[in-house]
Parts: sequence; structure tokens; C-alpha cells
Amino acid sequence: MGKAKPGATRRAVMLGGLAGGLAATIRLEPAHATPERMRVAIRTVVGEASIRKGRVDLEVPPLVENGNTVSLAVSVDSPMTATDYVKAIHVFNEKNPQPNVISVHLGPRAGRAKFSTRFRLADSQIVTAIAEMSDGSFWSASADVIVTLAACVEGI
Amino acid sequence: MSLQTSRVAPIIGRATAVAFMLVAIASAANGADIPLDQRRSGYLDLGRDSKAMQDDDTINPATLWVQDGEALWNQKAGAANRACADCHQDATVSMKGVAARYPAFSAARNGPVNLEQRINLCRSEHQQAQPFAYESRELLALTAYVGRQSRGMAIAPPDDDRLAPFVEAGRKLFNRRIGQIDMSCAQCHDDNWGKKLAGSLIPQAQPTGYPIYRLEWQSLGSLQRRLRNCMTGLRAEAYEYGAPENVNLELFLMWRARGLLLETPAVRP
Amino acid sequence: MARPLINVPAKVKRGQVFEIKTLISHIMETGFRFTTTGDKIPRDIVTTFSCSYNGEEIFRADLYPAISANPFFDFFTVATESGTLDFKWTGDNGFAESATAKIVVE
Repeated sequence: MGKAKPGATRRAVMLGGLAGGLAATIRLEPAHATPERMRVAIRTVVGEASIRKGRVDLEVPPLVENGNTVSLAVSVDSPMTATDYVKAIHVFNEKNPQPNVISVHLGPRAGRAKFSTRFRLADSQIVTAIAEMSDGSFWSASADVIVTLAACVEGI
Repeated sequence: MSLQTSRVAPIIGRATAVAFMLVAIASAANGADIPLDQRRSGYLDLGRDSKAMQDDDTINPATLWVQDGEALWNQKAGAANRACADCHQDATVSMKGVAARYPAFSAARNGPVNLEQRINLCRSEHQQAQPFAYESRELLALTAYVGRQSRGMAIAPPDDDRLAPFVEAGRKLFNRRIGQIDMSCAQCHDDNWGKKLAGSLIPQAQPTGYPIYRLEWQSLGSLQRRLRNCMTGLRAEAYEYGAPENVNLELFLMWRARGLLLETPAVRP
Repeated sequence: MARPLINVPAKVKRGQVFEIKTLISHIMETGFRFTTTGDKIPRDIVTTFSCSYNGEEIFRADLYPAISANPFFDFFTVATESGTLDFKWTGDNGFAESATAKIVVE
């Protein structure tokens, strides 16, 4: 974002030529989450523990019609007994303005370590889910999501 | 209001792409009607999760509005202190089929009115209450609740000669090039449906589920709101809510969609 | 205006894992949007959602602006006794919403 690209001048001329209200909406993008900020956000939750890949199933559509409402389902392979259960599931993203999506707290009473919700994705990016187990271990899964915008959007 | 992330640059890019596409399309502004047996609802092009959202009332956000509509239906209002239910009783019976045959001719207006306007006419004439603002939560809720009663029924525009000139006016609007992009509805939705525009599928624009929960809006909205979005997308000045042009377009679009099943309230991107 | 939409099965067998679905009306304004005149639209989101089963918390979520408007949750719990499920949502600007649902366990 914000890098000069070939044709930027042409765009500027086009922008100048269009209805005045358009120019008022040009502004710098707020600093976005990056893969690095996602890593930091994950470390804030996980600390120094190692994160292993596996046991977590992250279900997101690979191609999303609209980034405003993306279905998300996370399930974790766990017996969910009083001594062996999922304590929490944390979901992160790479490119939204903020790296956190949600933190879900569970326990043996959940019966099944699975939840679904709907979330927002500002751009095509990687989504990561991290499961925190009762034995202190962390497991993760990631998914790559392509986000298309609706054509003919409201406003400018 | 602007989008969550400023996407101005790509939208301009899209506008440029569309303008070039315009040159490539050697078609008159008048599209040819889609053959009746090729017409399809936008539902069929939804992703799996969006379809699931629409199919299940317990997870369809539009249900929140339908619930509100039901409450409003039963609520006394206005100087007449009358609820919709006082005249129309049980909506699941009395409103069955109504949304499927709107817009309809109103003698009071000497022209077509859409469902929103019909509800507001009832409010002012029979409840002596203030009409609801277009796109207000209340009007959307009532329209969703009434529309819900026609779900699964075929869109059946009234067989009313008085509507003919208005349907024709709507058809002309549909085929008229507008805006700085200088394209007509027909050029995308009759001539190029099924193809992609800047990564998004071009639907036929059959209004089979209004009011819809549009993922882009993250809210329920009317057909006129969607039409206004389209016009803004073409860099044209959109008609005001309730303007005769909007109603005529709605009337034409429902005629164009005759026979397709109503899905109200639908989910769309 | 809108009541939360809650969906639980009418009857469940003891020990059975059953599904709970919840949906409420909330704009979930991210705080990252701007008006056409460049003013920031302040954040206004639900920050916490929790569900208790006969007084004991069985599910809790910390929400961030990335959660879509009209927050939806689908989760599970084990049927223990008949009783009440209590749902609570809290958020910015003093937002507080609650709902209950009865559960019959046989």
C-alpha cells in the first residue's frame, strides 16, 4: 500500500477528473497487521512455548465472496475429559488492522472443542488458529483465504 | 460511509477496466431479454456458507429483522391506535402471496407502489401514524416479515393493464446508459451475466429475495438500496428512495423475474 | 430493538453433547472506518460473550473488531441436568444484553 506504481500518475489524473467528493476520501491507510505483528500477537498469548502443527482443524472458505462476513469454524481433536481438554482457542490474522480475531475459552463441559462464528477479512491473507491444551501444549493450523470485493459497492 | 479499508485505488482500477470493456462490447444499450428458461436466482452462485446462512432461519441474520417485524405487526400505532394485526389478523395467512405480487397499482397514487410504500400508506391512512423512513429499521423489519410470508412462492406480477406503461418505463430505465461509466443495467445483467467483473461474478440481477441481508452492508436492505448502489457504481447520481424511477425499475425487475421463486429474506454478497 | 436469537434443542439425553446457536443484532463498528470528511468512526463492539449452564460458565469468547456485525456463535456443551442456559453479551459504551433458554434433559 502506498508504493508508487506505474500508472499512478494516470490514476491521479483520473481521480482529479472525477466528482469532487471522491478526492476527499483519499487518505493514508492506517498501519495494518502484518505477518510480523501476527507473530507478536501469537507470542503474547503463547509465551515461549513451542507451537506444534496439528490437532486443529480450521475451516474457512478458500475463496470468499465478501470480506465483511466470512464463515469460520475451528475444531480441535481432544477427548474433552476433566483431565484432557482444550482450554482455549485463539484465532489470528495477518493483514487486518488488528491481528486478533477472537479468543474462545472452553473446558471439559464443552463436550466438543468446536465453535463457529463469522469474521472480517480486509484482504486475501493467512488465518491462524491456536489451541491451548490443559496440559499446557499449543497446537495450530493455518488457512490461506482469497478475498474478493463485491463490485458496485456503496459510497465511494 | 467508506469501506472498512480504503479501497479507492482498486475501485478506480475497476472503473478503468470496465470502461475499456465497454469499448470491447459491441452491443447496443438495449440488451436482449434473458430467455425465460435460462433465468436463475443469485442464490445459485452463492458460496456454500452463504447458502447455509440463507437456508437456516436460526443462523440467518435477517431473522433478527423478521422477528422485529412480527413484533411491529402486533403493536398498536398512531392516532388510530391500531396494529397491522387489527385489520390483517394473522400475517402468515393474510400476507401470503402479497410480496410476490408487488409492486402493485395504487389508485390513491395513480401509479405503482412497492411494498415499503404500501406499508407506509397503511400507516398514514389507516393507523394515522407517521410513515417510516426508507431503510429505517422498522420499515425493513415489517417488509422482511411481510415478505417472509411469500417465501417459496412464484413471483407473480399483477395482471393489471394500468401497470403496463410503468413496466415499460422501467424497461427503458434498465436499458438506458447512465453515469460516467456510461453503461446500462442490461449490458451487465442481460448480456454478460455469468462472467466476471473485477473478480466478482455478474449476476442476472433477479430480485428474488428482497429485502436481503447483504454481506457487503452487514445489514438488511431493500431493493432500492441495492439499485442505488449499482447506480453509484456506474458513477451516476442515484435516484432518491421512493422516486418513481426506482419504483418503475422495481416493477420491471419483478416482471422480468416472474415465475422465479421468492426467497425473502435472502443472503447475498 | 431485536431480541437475541437463541437456538437449542428442545430435549436432550443426559450425557449427550448438544449444539447451541446464538445471534444478536450489533453493528460491531471496528473503529477503523472513516466518514467521507475524514473523521474516524469510534469503535463500538461487543467485547465479551458468555454462556452459563445452571450457573456454571461453559463458553466464553473475547471478541475483537474482526468479528462481523450481528455476531453469531455456534458451540457445544454436555447435557448434565435440566435447567437454564444464561447468555450475556457486554461491550463498548456500556452495551449489555442477556437472554435465557430452558433445556430439558431426560
